[in-house]
Amino acid sequence: MRTAPAATAPAQEVVRARRHAHDPEAGARLIGARVPLVDSVDKVTGRAVYTDDLRLPGLAHGVFVRSPRAHARIVAIEVDRARSVPGVVAVLTGLDEVRVPGVPAAGRIGDRRFGILPVSQDEVALPADKVRFVGEPVALVVAEDVLAAQAGAREVGIRWQDLETRSDPARGLEPVGEKIHPDVGKDGSDVHKVVEQSFGDVAAAFQDAALVLSGTYRFAGLTHGFTEPHAVIADYGADGRLTVWSATQVPHYLHRALAGVTGLPMHRIRVVRLQVGGGFGGKGEPLPHELAAAFAAIRIGRPVKVVLDREGVFYSGRGRHPTVLDMRLAVGADGRVRGLELDTVLDGGAFASFGVITTYYNGSLCTAPYRMPAFHYRGRRVYTNRVPSGAMRGHGGVNNRCALETLLDEAAQRLGLDPFDLRLRNLVEPDSRTVNGLRITSMGLGECLARVRAESRWDERFRRLPLGRGLGLGCGFFISGSNLPIHWDIDPARYPQSTVHLKLDLDGGVTVHTGAAEIGQGSDTVAAMVVAEVLGIGLDRVRVRSRDTDTAPFDLGSYSSRVTFMMGNAARRAAEELRGQLLSAAARRLGRDPARMVVSDGRVCDATRPQDGLSFDEAVKEAVSGHGALVARGTFVATPHHAGFKGAAAGTSPAYSMSAYVAEVEVDPETGLWRCRHVWAAHDCGRVLNRSAVEGQIEGAVHMGLGQVMGEELVYEGAALRNPRLLDYRIPTSLEMPGVTPILVETFDAEGPFGAKEAGEGPLIPVLPAVLNALYDAVGVRVRGLPVTPDRLYEAMVAAGGPSKPRGPARQVP
Amino acid sequence: MQTAEARGELRLVVNGTQRHVLARPAATLLEVLRDDLALTGTKLGCGTGTCGCCAVLVDGVARLSCLTLAATVEGARVRTIEGVAGPAGLHPLQEALVAAGATQCGFCTPGIVMTALALLEEHRDPSEDTVREALSGNLCRCTGYVKIVEAVRNAAATLRGLEPLPEATK
Repeated sequence: MRTAPAATAPAQEVVRARRHAHDPEAGARLIGARVPLVDSVDKVTGRAVYTDDLRLPGLAHGVFVRSPRAHARIVAIEVDRARSVPGVVAVLTGLDEVRVPGVPAAGRIGDRRFGILPVSQDEVALPADKVRFVGEPVALVVAEDVLAAQAGAREVGIRWQDLETRSDPARGLEPVGEKIHPDVGKDGSDVHKVVEQSFGDVAAAFQDAALVLSGTYRFAGLTHGFTEPHAVIADYGADGRLTVWSATQVPHYLHRALAGVTGLPMHRIRVVRLQVGGGFGGKGEPLPHELAAAFAAIRIGRPVKVVLDREGVFYSGRGRHPTVLDMRLAVGADGRVRGLELDTVLDGGAFASFGVITTYYNGSLCTAPYRMPAFHYRGRRVYTNRVPSGAMRGHGGVNNRCALETLLDEAAQRLGLDPFDLRLRNLVEPDSRTVNGLRITSMGLGECLARVRAESRWDERFRRLPLGRGLGLGCGFFISGSNLPIHWDIDPARYPQSTVHLKLDLDGGVTVHTGAAEIGQGSDTVAAMVVAEVLGIGLDRVRVRSRDTDTAPFDLGSYSSRVTFMMGNAARRAAEELRGQLLSAAARRLGRDPARMVVSDGRVCDATRPQDGLSFDEAVKEAVSGHGALVARGTFVATPHHAGFKGAAAGTSPAYSMSAYVAEVEVDPETGLWRCRHVWAAHDCGRVLNRSAVEGQIEGAVHMGLGQVMGEELVYEGAALRNPRLLDYRIPTSLEMPGVTPILVETFDAEGPFGAKEAGEGPLIPVLPAVLNALYDAVGVRVRGLPVTPDRLYEAMVAAGGPSKPRGPARQVP
Repeated sequence: MQTAEARGELRLVVNGTQRHVLARPAATLLEVLRDDLALTGTKLGCGTGTCGCCAVLVDGVARLSCLTLAATVEGARVRTIEGVAGPAGLHPLQEALVAAGATQCGFCTPGIVMTALALLEEHRDPSEDTVREALSGNLCRCTGYVKIVEAVRNAAATLRGLEPLPEATK
């Protein structure tokens, strides 16, 4: 266990964001409009091609054999019977050596490690020594068709030697027999990662506080629930090149992992992302099926497709960590937060995944959007023999925020303050530092609060609705991209996290090359809109090519809500460079000063004399004459601005979104059956680029957050997952979805593209505490954990001596 | 493509065209559409009839093709997502989904289009509750259904020959 030094970043230091002047947005006037996603026509006609839709000559199909044991040594794997099943082409196990022509032998598949984070490479495509959870892939049977592969998979025999199974992270905190990962950690426990950080004088903060509140919160584990199951096709040709088509959020990290496990240099590997049917973090890291398919393709010299069935998707995991969280909050009589203490145990499941980051984020994302002079955090992530936990929408900022916002609600109640007023007394300032050194720039939470208070008619209704009906407030904030990349093999202060290339030729169309991963959130549309806006042209002239690592410049991928901010900035700079070339050409042709030229609505003209100009096509012809196609490049490099302590970069971002939601619920006080009637959702996304897309992110985030409150839960019996099916993992349907009023607040972030921040993950975070606080307003009980199924709410009401309407503090309405 | 079982001839009218395929007796309609007819617009999301991504119209009725044995719909008229847009362009429902921003990842969209088409055949002016009820078997993880419901109602209005709902009433 490490003890962090006291804070090195002074609280509330005023930091001026680096400003860049936005040029007049005469361009195409797309920014802020409702723009249909550029791929939506393909999607409503069934023409959009997802990985499982791709047919290749000679395609073979792979099916996993999954472990029935939670923690067991592999004694022997018998594959001869499987190989003799008609149609079976090959059976791969972790014991196999796959020789890659021209690459030095690197040993068995089961010895070739990978993992999303360089510090925790604890996974293999197929294990050679032991399995760590029920459902872990153990062998891949490859056949001419899926049925033959399934028949072969039934014939694979494995002899096991069972090891002690540990399904409770509390057990793994203590020394154990055989560790789940024997080479991780210095003690004899299953603890994977410990973070301990302290800022300010925590002891004094709690000693002097007028009010100290505490609680223990338990959060069930979740799965992402994207509709498209994991799918990959790998092909290895006689030319010595490996091509992998995969439904991934992070082609670049998959590219790296493929090189790492196969030994092939990256330049002989091509990763192609087709349409991706949702990710939410679950497709945000290289996964065993992708690497196993690559090994199979290399082995048989044919394309191999692996599509997981829905049960397999549940076992692939990487969802929100099951979490136990002890929180203490110190508040002064004036309603100001004095200090916060948090001790968290995260059930990591069988592998590391993003878990080191999760462990940091659970602490570092607590220190805003409220000022706090003192903060202490201990987070411990523990391996268990369960489905691996990882990153899920709102990564590391959801469960802790839920606890904090409900404690703040309790504090307001105890101090006789309205929950809005309590928050307003604590807002972090724009252009400031948090106690742990996060750099806050644009900050629109105050406006979010004002808007949502008015829209929900809070002052008239809070604490005044009849028993069984309630209103609750919850807030949150989130990063607009992780400030540092995951890999530091290139100086992170100089390595562009996103690069965009543009090509413009005689046809008058602009091709945008980016590696940013469109996963349904609309990143291709953002790229197209930004470029079209800067060039003053319609979207019909722009086509985005974002799928292929052979042609796209590197982009780190779709995670941490980074794409709009980082790729958007890179696209903007590339388009500005291209515009400069066009303006120069037009000025040359017209005999004018390039500095006087502008683009506007499909023309390149004199700024003061719009009739003096060329059509876009004429300007392009002039520009390519004697030159050839125009090309331009733009990059985004994040400036490191974290404090000096270990782990200080975790949670830093170029900008933070802010949000405040009010939820209205209706509870049957007799039975505990409840539903959410409406959510008023105010979100500071910096600048609205695409209004309908931002609204869509908010509405979808309300749905996903509400799922976690209402009933989504990975249910375990011991170590075995009991509900790896969509029927039993209860995602809200259209009938449970409440009305949503999205309220878009714009703060025009100085560093964001056109002022934009993020809307992908932050909008999920306030839903949970808003609903919990509304349940309290409705029936007077607090359930310290999720999900709040009706039976749990019923039990809480019984334990409280029955439902009751909480009294005051309600604002006096004149 | 599948092995091990004798195949039988199956006749279907798919998107208006007579199709004869040799199908395994146990083949689902989804497998026939995707694997034998290369109509990959219809999606496999769960294989257990929970998510609705595989919905198609069988003789005008929305059916889950992953749970429908192909042999049981011998001779039926099957309409898939590929058969919705005409030569003149998108169906008003598709137009409405695009305009509302009701598709995000798009994987559930084909099933939602087919389910909503069946609804619009029966209801000229479905209420919001009616639309939500009709779509309750279609899982969408991206949109929270808000813009989908709005789009279906807008499409109904268009099909009635009315203007789409004004912004203020949404």
